[in-house]
Amino acid sequence: MKIVKIIVLVLLVVFVGIQFVPTVHNQSERTPKADFMLVNDVPKDVKNKLQISCYDCHSNNTQYPWYSKIQPGAWFMENHIKNGKEELNFNEWDTYSNRRKKSKLKSIINQIKDDEMPLSSYTLIHRDAKLSENEKKEMIQFMKQLRDSL
Amino acid sequence: MAAMLLLTVSFTNAQEKEKMSHEHGDMKMDHSTMKMNKVNNPKAEAVLADYFMLKDALVGDDSKKAAQAGTKLMASLKAFEITSYNKEDQKELADIIEDATEQAEHISESPIAHQREHFKQLSIDITDMVAITGTKNTLYEQFCSMADNGEGAYWLSLSKEIQNPYLGKAMPTCGEVKSIINIP
Repeated sequence: MKIVKIIVLVLLVVFVGIQFVPTVHNQSERTPKADFMLVNDVPKDVKNKLQISCYDCHSNNTQYPWYSKIQPGAWFMENHIKNGKEELNFNEWDTYSNRRKKSKLKSIINQIKDDEMPLSSYTLIHRDAKLSENEKKEMIQFMKQLRDSL
Repeated sequence: MAAMLLLTVSFTNAQEKEKMSHEHGDMKMDHSTMKMNKVNNPKAEAVLADYFMLKDALVGDDSKKAAQAGTKLMASLKAFEITSYNKEDQKELADIIEDATEQAEHISESPIAHQREHFKQLSIDITDMVAITGTKNTLYEQFCSMADNGEGAYWLSLSKEIQNPYLGKAMPTCGEVKSIINIP
């Protein structure tokens, strides 16, 4: 019984301790000129869904959920955002060459089609980020159209 | 009678062959208009060698080997020097290398289906690179309409024979030669 008490106490101390570890917040006031939605004529529905389902990790501005304020949730989030932005940053869209735009669009289409994006670990809590079959179709169709226009 | 029949068959065969070599002749014309000079750029050849290693791994459904080739390719792309080309080609090559490196990185860390997705874009990049750099070898640009879920995809090969990197052992011979770079 005593050992259980000690373990619980240690865990508690660790939990409180890690709250003091700082994390970088991914937030920015203004949208860059190179942003995907500013340089492309995106239909309203697709725009809305992109913002909710993609922009948290693929732009310079995250809408932080409550659990991301508490460790270790904040670390997971920080890591996801770092990797996400490295792969694709919608805010920097127009800085990509045409070749890269095309290959990014191809990847976006594949990821949505294969249900790999948005990540299931993300939609588990962000229920509204999940894409319905219809939304998937709409999104893929727009991305294809954009790719063919490049 | 049998002899006559045999003669006709061999005659049509000969005709066919002639037709085929004629087609190849046309291709040659096409390519002389593209810049396919046989310049020997060792850095470009290194990139191509790694690309072919990757292609062969995908032909053999070998995801692990493909991942290793992807890592090698990232290194050979990084070592590529573009300073000897003119301004316009330098920009194009920089774009190609940036994109190809990204594809190679994904290939180095993904399961085989994903590797093949990125191999499609990589093949476009490498083909465009060769159009600028040239190569000492004869390359065959091949195409399979069934690859990439029926969207179709290209790849480069050192041999005329089709060995499909997208479908692997499931459909090894799907595809056809679309063009030849440096006709032998």
